[in-house]
Amino acid sequence: MSDKDSAMAYWKANIRLIFISLIIWALVSFGFGILLRPLLAGISVGGTDLGFWFAQQGSILVFLGLIFFYAWRMNRLDRKFGVDEE
Amino acid sequence: MDQFIINLIFVGASFALYIGIAIWARAGSTSEFYAAGRGVHPITNGMATAADWMSAASFISMAGLIAFVGYDNSTYLMGWTGGYVLLALLLAPYLRKFGKFTVSEFIGDRFYSQTARMVAVACLIIASVTYVIGQMTGVGVAFGRFLEVSNTTGLLIGAVIVFAYAVFGGMKGVTYTQVAQYIVLILAYTIPAIFISLQLTGNPIPALGLFGDHQASGEPLLAKLDQIVRELGFSEYTTHHGDTFNMMLFTLSLMIGTAGLPHVIMRFFTVPRVSDARWSAGWALVFIALLYLTAPAVGAMARLNITELMWPNGTDAAAVSLETIESDEKYDWMETWQKTGLLGWEDKNGDGLIQYYNDASPALQERAAAEGWQGNELTNFNRDILVLANPEIANLPGWVIGLVAAGGLAAALSTAAGLLLAISSAVSHDLIKGAINPNISERGELLSARIAMAVAIGVATYLGLNPPGFAAQTVALAFGLAAASIFPALMMGIFSTRINNVGAVAGMLAGLTVTLVYIFLHKGWFFIPGTNSFDDSDPLLFTIKSTSFGAVGAAINFATAYIVAGMTKETPQEIKDLVESVRIPRGAGAATDH
Repeated sequence: MSDKDSAMAYWKANIRLIFISLIIWALVSFGFGILLRPLLAGISVGGTDLGFWFAQQGSILVFLGLIFFYAWRMNRLDRKFGVDEE
Repeated sequence: MDQFIINLIFVGASFALYIGIAIWARAGSTSEFYAAGRGVHPITNGMATAADWMSAASFISMAGLIAFVGYDNSTYLMGWTGGYVLLALLLAPYLRKFGKFTVSEFIGDRFYSQTARMVAVACLIIASVTYVIGQMTGVGVAFGRFLEVSNTTGLLIGAVIVFAYAVFGGMKGVTYTQVAQYIVLILAYTIPAIFISLQLTGNPIPALGLFGDHQASGEPLLAKLDQIVRELGFSEYTTHHGDTFNMMLFTLSLMIGTAGLPHVIMRFFTVPRVSDARWSAGWALVFIALLYLTAPAVGAMARLNITELMWPNGTDAAAVSLETIESDEKYDWMETWQKTGLLGWEDKNGDGLIQYYNDASPALQERAAAEGWQGNELTNFNRDILVLANPEIANLPGWVIGLVAAGGLAAALSTAAGLLLAISSAVSHDLIKGAINPNISERGELLSARIAMAVAIGVATYLGLNPPGFAAQTVALAFGLAAASIFPALMMGIFSTRINNVGAVAGMLAGLTVTLVYIFLHKGWFFIPGTNSFDDSDPLLFTIKSTSFGAVGAAINFATAYIVAGMTKETPQEIKDLVESVRIPRGAGAATDH
């Protein structure tokens, strides 16, 4: 694989990871927290429902997980494609 | 000891601490002044970023907005944290690889255009000045209470101190001062919350107490809160009663704006490596989340406490009497806050009792007619006082109240000073040295920086006297402007090689102008009260409030840039190579100034 192809493959893998992460990002906030809240109304959490928890706390916890997951995966990808900083 | 003296000791001690650290760190090394963060552990850097980022809007204002609206204002919580995901995934590592210190330099180089750089400077200044107005609103509330003067006097005193603080200057850039500010700020926020959570739910962790049981009634806290606010004719706390479309757009605007604010992005330019830029965003969010997970608990518990104080014998019995407010020490906070002009009550029907209820609710109007009430008698409750008044409302010890005063000032001052530095460097470095007079002397550059700072704070103070909203709402407008102008340009600069100089300039101008006009149409031209043609309760387009328009502005920016770039000359090869190199971590040197 030439350098150019390798760089292209690295970028594609990165875009794919970003895409998946952003779907989760949107799902927990705009989805569970707002639009899909009526669907989660049956699951009760401390005097209210799961959607309320996602809007006020759950989405923040998922955001944290996402950023650390992305950093960990990307650092592995960097090494795999040999583009990490020495 | 008198509360005033206790406040003075806490605020004085915290200031002495910041200044002490600044002097100690400066004596250690001068280079740290310029490159805060390099060689600093990502966790330490994350703490400093969190202090930089959390302003009067997060500390003083946000929980109050949540308390009085409930679920619908979760937008602030999701918006201001969700932006960090965008920052970590879409911007931070690439801008770090690019290796310049300012956002406008990246835009100028990537779009090979001095015009693009100047437009970016203009966007930056407009968004930052709007942001400072929001900070000044918060500073006015904090100083007004702490010095026991009116809100206006507090604002004017605060303006002088912010100016001195910013001119004293570089200490803002010293990472360890910010770490100290973070620690003061987070202790000041969480300690009263822990006390209150223990009082109400028996759970020492407020974030969990929010979903726990209310000890006095044995019911879940949120169910109890829903019940008593419903009985007083207000909308239920946990249900959605606003417009869903506007709520989505508002959340998105805050998220994109977070990732487009230059003073936040700059923090990631100076970390040692590209992989650290990815981790740093995560650590910053860890420290931000400590406050953001507590904020909804602070809001809900304060609302419950206030309502119960106004109806000490339950919502179906008699309301609190004027005599009790004057004599019972549990109500002392009402009298102290009345002095600031931000809290007020009036016995409209002369029955010696103060009825707090929603006089627009049909069910309560019926009860009012039956019991001879003549409207809500808690006539004024400024949302921005809630967090600062919270420990007094819950009857906590004096030292907690002093600590909260110190924390609120730390949040407002650190961010206001940081923004003033960003504005002054944009004017003196990017605008005057970069475009108008490249041969300006160092002294001239410094002088123009100071003048820019003085003008910015003057404008912000003047507008802060009649703010376009509560602190967090004004700050939200600044996020809308950043979302519409800076974020799309940065993202397209990294993810698309098609966008050329003309496209980027057209996109930024279109996004900024349309958003600014939309805001001015609703909030008054240049925020001058009374010059607005529309109101946020009945906005110009569909249900989109002016605070939510940033996401629309961003879409206009993206679309304009693509269309214009498609019609004009292709990006040159060397710029395409530059973009390719930005996408790969290898070969990132230290960040350079020029």
